[in-house]
Amino acid sequence: MSAQRTIRAIIVDDEELARQILCEYLAAHADIEVVAGCANGFEAVKSITEQKPDLVFLDIQMPKLDGFEVLELVGPGTEVVFVTAYDNYAIRAFEVHAVDYLLKPVSAARFEAALERARERLSGKLPHQPLPAAELAAAARPPSQHVERIPVRDGTRVFIIPVAKLDYAEAQDDYVALVSEGKKHLKQQTISSLEAGLDPSRFMRIHRSYIVNLERVARLEPYGKDSHIAVLTNAAQLPVSKSGYARLRAFLDR
Amino acid sequence: MHPILTHHRRLALYLLAWLPLAALLRYLMAAVGGMSAADSFVLAFPLCLIYAFICLSAYYSCRATPLDRSTISRIVGTHATGALVASGIWIILAKFLAYSLSRTSTFSDIDSNFGPQIALLLDTGVLFYLLSISLYYVLMAVEASREAEARALQASVLAREAELKALKAQVNPHFLFNSLNSISALTSSNPAKAREMCILLGDFLRRTLGLGEKSAIPLEEELSLVHSFLAVEKVRFGARIQMEENIDKEAMGFPIPPLLLQPLVENAVVHGIAHLVEGGWIRLDVNASDGLLSLVVENLFDPDAPPRRKGGVGLANVRQRLAARYGNRAGFEAKADGERFRVAISIPAEKEGRSS
Repeated sequence: MSAQRTIRAIIVDDEELARQILCEYLAAHADIEVVAGCANGFEAVKSITEQKPDLVFLDIQMPKLDGFEVLELVGPGTEVVFVTAYDNYAIRAFEVHAVDYLLKPVSAARFEAALERARERLSGKLPHQPLPAAELAAAARPPSQHVERIPVRDGTRVFIIPVAKLDYAEAQDDYVALVSEGKKHLKQQTISSLEAGLDPSRFMRIHRSYIVNLERVARLEPYGKDSHIAVLTNAAQLPVSKSGYARLRAFLDR
Repeated sequence: MHPILTHHRRLALYLLAWLPLAALLRYLMAAVGGMSAADSFVLAFPLCLIYAFICLSAYYSCRATPLDRSTISRIVGTHATGALVASGIWIILAKFLAYSLSRTSTFSDIDSNFGPQIALLLDTGVLFYLLSISLYYVLMAVEASREAEARALQASVLAREAELKALKAQVNPHFLFNSLNSISALTSSNPAKAREMCILLGDFLRRTLGLGEKSAIPLEEELSLVHSFLAVEKVRFGARIQMEENIDKEAMGFPIPPLLLQPLVENAVVHGIAHLVEGGWIRLDVNASDGLLSLVVENLFDPDAPPRRKGGVGLANVRQRLAARYGNRAGFEAKADGERFRVAISIPAEKEGRSS
């Protein structure tokens, strides 16, 4: 065990005492270095993207972003141990391939077991397939609910887009461009997984590459011989596919 | 639903009750109308059977003119008309029956003796009709009082249920787990503080568990429960919780249902302060005036906080308990305004509290 490389860890919890006890447990392990402690979701995203730790101890209920949203934004590449007082997120935690799920108050023995699993994962003894961003995003959403807000990260900065302020989304390779209040935010997610999370009564896939906020659609205009464009209230023009046209027409004619 | 027609037993009893009436009619037909015994017998009994069914319809006019919500003139008018119409129909049917019977050799002179019966039939018809009217009003009153009883029972069951739910929810397990986690952290870094928190937590638990059995406690006691809750939460959240209180001294002695304010303050912490990086204030205003006790809990919250189960099992429970206990004499309003969340409650300020 002494030959192991140093594991760099970040502790995320909004309560100081909760961070303190994890620090204390970790202090007994020479191979683990705590590189940061974060008190909220924004700080966590910033620290994780900057420090690229091997292991994150992550609370779930926090100010700004919850633990799942943090994970969605930093993407795969970090091993996560959830530490929470709530036992009802365990299934979602394992859907995002968390190393372990610890319940507060955390016993030393249970903590050691989690740490051992993390070591095995990190040294490659336990197989680990990083989750695609889309699945992370899906798991970040409470089951059977539509997303109310979309967190996006630009470098170490985090923006929250409430879905009501999303004008439209455009697929760009592995990313979606989310257009809101005149700004474009890029997010690593497929347009299909974004569509899956949005409320279908408020958003419509009108084209292979476009999802539009139905409230923003001002009118449909013919474009070329037999295709159409949707004109939004902010004058943006989006291409509409054949099947998208049928659906949008039906919605507008309601 | 007709109270007699839809129950076989009741219908049988009802028809049975018409037997003496039929006997009376037969007697009158013979004694007053001068009919022979046999003639009056074959006429009176079928006629009463028919009339029993005609009178069943009186129920609907009783339903349409309830005694407590109709004017006297309307009640008298409706039923007088009803009685005359019913008797009229009855007389016509009686004439028809008498005519049919007179075609047989046994009752050949029944029709010729019918004339003197008309006045008699009119009188008894009106009388029987009015009898059934009073029967229906009695039935309706019995039904209404039974319904009221059921409603009262249901209300008290609901009230009890809401109270029980409140008692079950009185200690939020996550509050307990997080507090224990804090204690666990403090045991090594600050044992004295750990001990203090054990005592604070014990104090809070003892108070909550004790309050569950009471139906009302002085406001002062509820406030001290709130303080003991906040003392524990302040160990966890440190300076993030700022409590401001503005309590009307007059209000201190008024009885309130236990665990009314504490869940609201807990809500303010869990859904408000816990989501604010820098923390924020919770403000408690209590006023007594004009026979009303007004309790307001207001707090800062982050409108952009991560979505979580939309708050308020606590809120819903407080609302239900108020409704069950005070009905429309209590007011409850919860609303978010920008970054502020405000719950305002008003309940009757009654010194002696509720007796049960």
